Amino acid sequence: MNLPATIRTRTEAETALIEAFDATEHLLRGACDLRAAAMAHFSAIGLPNRRVESWHYTDLRAMLREAAPIRAPDSFTLARAHELLQGPGGQTHAIRLLVLNGAYRPDLSDLADLPAGVAVTSLSDELVAGDPEVLTALVGEGQGGDDAVVALNAALMQDGIVVRVAPGAEIERPLALVNMMSGGAPHAAFVRSLVIVGAGARVRLTETTTACTPAATQANEAMVLKIGDRANVDYVTRVFAQGEGAIAVHSLLATVGADAHFNAFCFMPEVGLARRQIFARLNGRRSNVRFGGLSLLRGRQHADTTLVVEHVAPDCTSREFFRHILDHESTGVFQGKVVVRPNAQKTDGAMKSQAIMLGDDAVMNNKPELEIFADDVVCGHGATVGQLDDDQIFYLQARGLPREEAESLLLEAFANEALDLIADEKLRARFIDDTKAWLAQRGAK
Amino acid sequence: MLEVKNLHVSIGDRKILDGLNLTVKNGEVAAIMGPNGTGKSTLSYVIAGRPDYEVAEGEILLDGVNLLDMDTTERANAGVFLAFQYPLEIPGVATMTFLKAALNAQARARGQKELQTPDFMKKVRDAAQKLGVKQDMLKRPLNVGFSGGEKKRMEILQMALLQPKLGILDETDSGLDIDALRVVAEGVNALRSKDRSFLVITHYQRLLDYIKPDTVHVMARGKIARSGGPELALELEKSGYAEFIGEAA
Repeated sequence: MNLPATIRTRTEAETALIEAFDATEHLLRGACDLRAAAMAHFSAIGLPNRRVESWHYTDLRAMLREAAPIRAPDSFTLARAHELLQGPGGQTHAIRLLVLNGAYRPDLSDLADLPAGVAVTSLSDELVAGDPEVLTALVGEGQGGDDAVVALNAALMQDGIVVRVAPGAEIERPLALVNMMSGGAPHAAFVRSLVIVGAGARVRLTETTTACTPAATQANEAMVLKIGDRANVDYVTRVFAQGEGAIAVHSLLATVGADAHFNAFCFMPEVGLARRQIFARLNGRRSNVRFGGLSLLRGRQHADTTLVVEHVAPDCTSREFFRHILDHESTGVFQGKVVVRPNAQKTDGAMKSQAIMLGDDAVMNNKPELEIFADDVVCGHGATVGQLDDDQIFYLQARGLPREEAESLLLEAFANEALDLIADEKLRARFIDDTKAWLAQRGAK
Repeated sequence: MLEVKNLHVSIGDRKILDGLNLTVKNGEVAAIMGPNGTGKSTLSYVIAGRPDYEVAEGEILLDGVNLLDMDTTERANAGVFLAFQYPLEIPGVATMTFLKAALNAQARARGQKELQTPDFMKKVRDAAQKLGVKQDMLKRPLNVGFSGGEKKRMEILQMALLQPKLGILDETDSGLDIDALRVVAEGVNALRSKDRSFLVITHYQRLLDYIKPDTVHVMARGKIARSGGPELALELEKSGYAEFIGEAA
């Protein structure tokens, strides 16, 4: 028998999160009603678990034993942050916008480089100012509204970055939103950013999270992306949960206007426990969206990609292409749902998820779904799970490549076909290098 | 020198090679002919070290060293090269990347220096030109979308670059038109030398018009049924294989 969620016992983590809200509510700036409503929703449903269909394969209630404190440890040094920002992952070709331990830091952001047509502000400032545009946009169209983690993010959002790209603006350099956590000791960050791309504008966005020192960080991040008519947006996310016991949930809430292009990619290498969830809605005709991703997992790592793409307007095209490489006892999850609303005639949708299993104990859960309420559409999905091809390995070995090198070459090719979806060449090259390093580490064992 | 001694091989419950003996001297081109299903391809795979086969008995010696003690990679590095009957397509791996990986792997295994990129590029371009391999093919993923003839040329290109001690051509003539056959045969002939042996597996005399063998061996029922000189191939062309199947049985 299913007990109503409200009367089941709360876990320690749930209690701690609710108490954290009560204790810090006075410190959280602005949007009091929104926060209170979101917290009430979270209190009622608790952390997502196996019984919640969209979280069936990632039982966060069981996995999140302890909710880390929101306050960052004192051991953090600004020097280390600077060092990281200058490092090879620093994306020096991009305009960096930094959130440090949940607070937007204009002093560590490249504001001087901002071109005309881009305005950047702090989310918490906007919430305090109560700008109706921001408040409305932040709630969006209620996508992901039922989701407990999105609700938790809305209740506890500390800060984030609000970017407005003016209509018609063509932004050459990518905007890199960096969420940095000090690490060292377990701590949590709740960050929500909002990017409003005006009609006909063109922009490339990257969003990465990093910790100055490895730790069991808990990152709950949300990106609200409002894409105007005829806009062209490239968006690359790298989900980070690299310390032992680290957890990250990244939620994308996107709405797309008419005649727009939206290309989103998510890279998840070496994540302890990570989930990327996408709630995308195609509201305007003739838009073209593409979602892609690559997850590289080993040990007992767990990566979940769950997406809901809703075709509301007719004549739109959506493509989803996700790949996993799973070693050891790692777990991959892909749940893709494409919904075609009654008016969305002439929808063209294709979804593909492919996984290579390297470990005998690795698990891949593939759940593609189509919900179609219009009658004149072309929609398909495919999911494959397999191992490396022995014949290909034999062929490569017969040319003198050691087995590990043959495997790496094939895996690299498999990964690169996903990474090819990234438009930003420099970023793609970096992720290709990261993949090579991941494979080299595998070979070294 | 290649010496195959009393080789017994099966796959699952099926016995394929049944006490096969064969010697190929340095510099010799040995043709292996025979009807379908007599184990010609199995012999080539077993020499190259394909893992699916079970070797119950016997030895395969290359210059006195038993290949059966080595894995596939080690055999390649010892100088075995198998030109596949059906070369594998490797999506996502650029042909140049693969060629470089193979050359460097073999150089490393032999304690030699890896080639610098400009030298490597020159070497590949020169070899490609001789075999009529277009530059465009080198940029594409390995064998993906190549025609049958292009795949076979790519095999010979690899052999030319890797300079093996023993080249095994497994039905390299299958799927080739007459012009392609000539180009491929010329590529093989250019590699003939007193230090290199070839095992040329074919059904037909035609290939042997272009690659003149020193010896011809007829395989039937998992062993060599008869050996002779080039005249044996001509004789087979006239009389067919029926009598050899009888002989072996």
